[in-house]
Amino acid sequence: MKQFWTSILKSPSGVIGLIILLLAISVAVFGPMLFPNSPWRMVQRPFLPPFTLSTVPLGTDALGRDVFAGMIFGARVSLLVGLVSTLVALVVGIPIGAMAGYFGGRVDDALMRFTEFFQTIPSFALAIVLVAILQPSIYSIVTSIALVSWPPVARLVRGEVLSLRTREYVQAAIVTGQSNSWIILREILPNALSPVIVLASLMVATAILLESSLSFLGLGDPNLISWGYMVGAGRTVIRQAWWITVFPGVAILISVLGLNLIGEGLNDALNPRLSREGR
Amino acid sequence: MTTAPPAVSIKNLRIALPKGAERPFAVDGVSLDLHPGKIVCVVGESGSGKSMCAHALMGLLPDTVAVASGEIQFEGRDLLKLDDDGWRDLRGRRLAMIFQEPMTALNPLMRIGDQMAEMFEAHGLLTPKERRAKALALAREVGLPDPERIVRAYPHQLSGGQRQRAMIAMALALEPAVLVADEPTTALDVTTQAQILKLIRNLQRNRNMAVMFITHDFGVVADIADQVVVLRHGKVVEEGPAATVFSEPQHDYTKALLAAVPSMDPPARSPLDNQARAVEVIGLDKTYVTSGGWFREDRRVDAARAVNFSILKGETLGLVGESGSGKSSVARLVMRLIEADRGTVRIGETDLTSLAGKALRAERHRIQMIFQDPFASLNPRRKIGHIIAAGPIAAGVDPKVAFDRARDLLKMVGLDAGSLERYPHEFSGGQRQRIGIARALALEPEIIVADEAVSALDVSVQAQVLRLLEDLKARLGLSMLFITHDLRVAAQICDRIAVMQRGAIVELKPTAQLFAAPEHAYTRELLAAVPGRKERAPAA
Repeated sequence: MKQFWTSILKSPSGVIGLIILLLAISVAVFGPMLFPNSPWRMVQRPFLPPFTLSTVPLGTDALGRDVFAGMIFGARVSLLVGLVSTLVALVVGIPIGAMAGYFGGRVDDALMRFTEFFQTIPSFALAIVLVAILQPSIYSIVTSIALVSWPPVARLVRGEVLSLRTREYVQAAIVTGQSNSWIILREILPNALSPVIVLASLMVATAILLESSLSFLGLGDPNLISWGYMVGAGRTVIRQAWWITVFPGVAILISVLGLNLIGEGLNDALNPRLSREGR
Repeated sequence: MTTAPPAVSIKNLRIALPKGAERPFAVDGVSLDLHPGKIVCVVGESGSGKSMCAHALMGLLPDTVAVASGEIQFEGRDLLKLDDDGWRDLRGRRLAMIFQEPMTALNPLMRIGDQMAEMFEAHGLLTPKERRAKALALAREVGLPDPERIVRAYPHQLSGGQRQRAMIAMALALEPAVLVADEPTTALDVTTQAQILKLIRNLQRNRNMAVMFITHDFGVVADIADQVVVLRHGKVVEEGPAATVFSEPQHDYTKALLAAVPSMDPPARSPLDNQARAVEVIGLDKTYVTSGGWFREDRRVDAARAVNFSILKGETLGLVGESGSGKSSVARLVMRLIEADRGTVRIGETDLTSLAGKALRAERHRIQMIFQDPFASLNPRRKIGHIIAAGPIAAGVDPKVAFDRARDLLKMVGLDAGSLERYPHEFSGGQRQRIGIARALALEPEIIVADEAVSALDVSVQAQVLRLLEDLKARLGLSMLFITHDLRVAAQICDRIAVMQRGAIVELKPTAQLFAAPEHAYTRELLAAVPGRKERAPAA
C-alpha cells in the first residue's frame, strides 16, 4: 500500500490529478457551508458581467442568480453523481463479469449476451430514455448512468478472470477444496482489481459528462443545480453573456481532466510494466 | 591449446545493476576468450549473470544496467565503445545470436524464407533473387525438411525444433565469426535438443566459428563444450577445458553443481508388494477439440487415450514424456481439474469421477497437487500462512488450529515459522516450491501429484527439493504421481515409470528395468537423447 502511494506520487500526472480532485471534493463538501445562500436565489440584476461586484465575483445569469454560488453547489451534484453511479456500475458489472469468466460455458454465454444487449444500444440515447421514463431526479439520473456504464466493467473483469482462473494458484485453491465463491472473492478478484480501478477513475469522468449532458438537455434534477444545467440554461444567451456558460463549462473540463490524469497515474502505479517511462 | 589469436576477448567486464538490487554488479570482473572453431560454454544457475555476458557481447544490455568497466575486443575494436551504427553493422554480419524461445524470436507474420532473406536486405547485400536462393540453401544446410515448402511457411506452422533450426539459419546467413547461443535448447524436448546440439556442433566445425554457449544444464555442457566457464554471482569461479572441468573440478561450487546433477543410474529400491492400491486409473480418455470454423475440419488432440495405471501405497509412479504427450493432462484428469471424456479414477474405494459439487470438495483433501511454476502457484496477494491454512479452514478446521499446523508444516519443509506472515514475493524459487509442498501436505493427503515440481528450479535447489519430497513421502507414507520430462530426475525418485507418447502409455515398468532394458522404440529414443549420456566423453 505504501509502495502504491509512493509510485502514484512519483508520476506528475497522478499528482496533478489528485490535487484537482481534492480541490473539487473540498469545494463540494465545504463550499456550501461558506456560501450558505441558495444558488436559486436572485441576488443581483440579470446579466451582470463577472469581476464587477465582489459579492458576485463571476457575475449573474439571465435571472440574476449568482454564477459562483451555482458552480459551488453544482460541484456537489456533479461529483456525487459521478462517484455514486460509478460505484453502482461496479457493483453490477464486477459480479457479472466474474461469474461469466469463472464459470464459462453456458453461464458465460448467457451473461455476455445480456451484456451485449446493453452495449448495442447507444448509451446516451438509452440514458435519455431511462431518465425520461423514470422522471428526472437525482436517483433516476444515477440509475440510468449506472445502467449504461456497467457493460465495459463486466467485459474487463471477465477477461481478467478468464486469464487468472487458469493460474496455478487458482487451481491449487480448487484442489484444496475451497468453494467457488471463496475462490472468486479471495483468490481471483483481488488480482483482477488494478485495471478495474483505472477504468473506474475514467468512468467517474464519463459519468460527470453524462450528467452534464442530461442536465444540458433539461433532464437534470429540477431541484438541484448542476454544471450541465447552468451550461444548458445559459446557451441561448451565450453571445450576450458568455460567462454564464463558460465558467461551469471550464469546471466540467477541469474536473474531467483531473480524473483522467488520476486514471493515467493509477495505470502507471498499478501496471508498472505497461508504464511508458523506465523500460 | 591453441595459438591462434582469440576471435573475441572479454577483459575484466563489470556490469553494474541498478541501486537496490541484491548485488552491485551483475557481472563482476569476467574475462574470457572465444577462439575460432571452439565452443565456450558459460554455465551457471539463474541469476549468475551468464545471460548478461551474452547480451553485453551483442550490445543488447537493458537500459537499467550499465557497463562499469572492462573491454570486449573484437577484430581490433572495443565493442563497448561502439555507437548504434557500429553495432548495426556488426550485429548479424559478424556477430550473431540464437535465442531461447524460437517462437517469440521469429516474426509470426512473415514467411520463414523472407525472414532469412531479410538478413541480407538489412545489410544491403545481394539482389532479391539471390537472397531467395540463399535462404533456400540455408534452410537445406540446417536440415529443415522439404526446404522449398518450408521457406514459404509461417513460424506457427513449424515445430519447436524446426523454428530453432530456422533461427540458426538466420544467424548463420552472413557467415558471422562469432555465434552467441543463449540457452538455445532449453525450451525444446530432449530428442529435439539432441538434434539441435548436433547441428550447432557440425555447423560450428564446418565454418570455424567461435561459439559462446550459455546454459544451465551440465548435461548439455558435457555434450558440446570445448571450454567451460562456470559463473556464480557474476564472478568466474572456474574455467578450463571441458574434459578437465568434468574430471577434476577445482572449485567447491563446481563440484557441488556436478554432484547435484541427478545420475542416470536408478538407486536400488525395496519392492512394494503386498501393499494396497492407493489410486487406480482405468481407461481415461480425453480429446481436446478446437473448432476449425466453417471451412476447415476441427482439430482434435488426444491428451489421453485409454490410460490405465495404479499406484500402491507408499509408491512413486513416474509419468515421463515430451511436451504434448499428455502427461500434464493426465495429472489434471486425476485431480479432476478437467473432466475426462471416459474413464474412472478411484482413490482407495472412492470413485472420484462419479462425484460432483460438495461431495467432490469433501474428498479432494485425499489427493493433493504440487505445481510446476513456483512463481505462478502462489497467490501474490495472500500471506503464506493464509495460503497454507486456506484448505483446512475451507474443510472446517478451526482457523487457530489450522495456523498452528501451518507453522509446523513450514518447519517440516525447512522454512522458519516467521514466514507465515510474509508474502510470496519475498521468497526464492526453491523456497516457494517448499511452500507449495507445505500447502499440499496441509490437508493430510494420501496421494501427492507433482506436476514438473522441480523443473523450474536450479540443479542444486532441485536436489534439495527432491530429497525433501523423498523424505516426506517416506515419513508420512504417501503415494506419489511424479510427472517430469527429465529422465534423470525420474530415475532418482520413481519406483516405476510410465512413458507417455501422444496421449497413450507406451511402456510401464519398474525404474531399474526400464533403464536397463527399454522395450518400446520411443523409450529407447528418449533415453538416448538425454544430454550428457556419454558422460565425460572427451569433447573434441
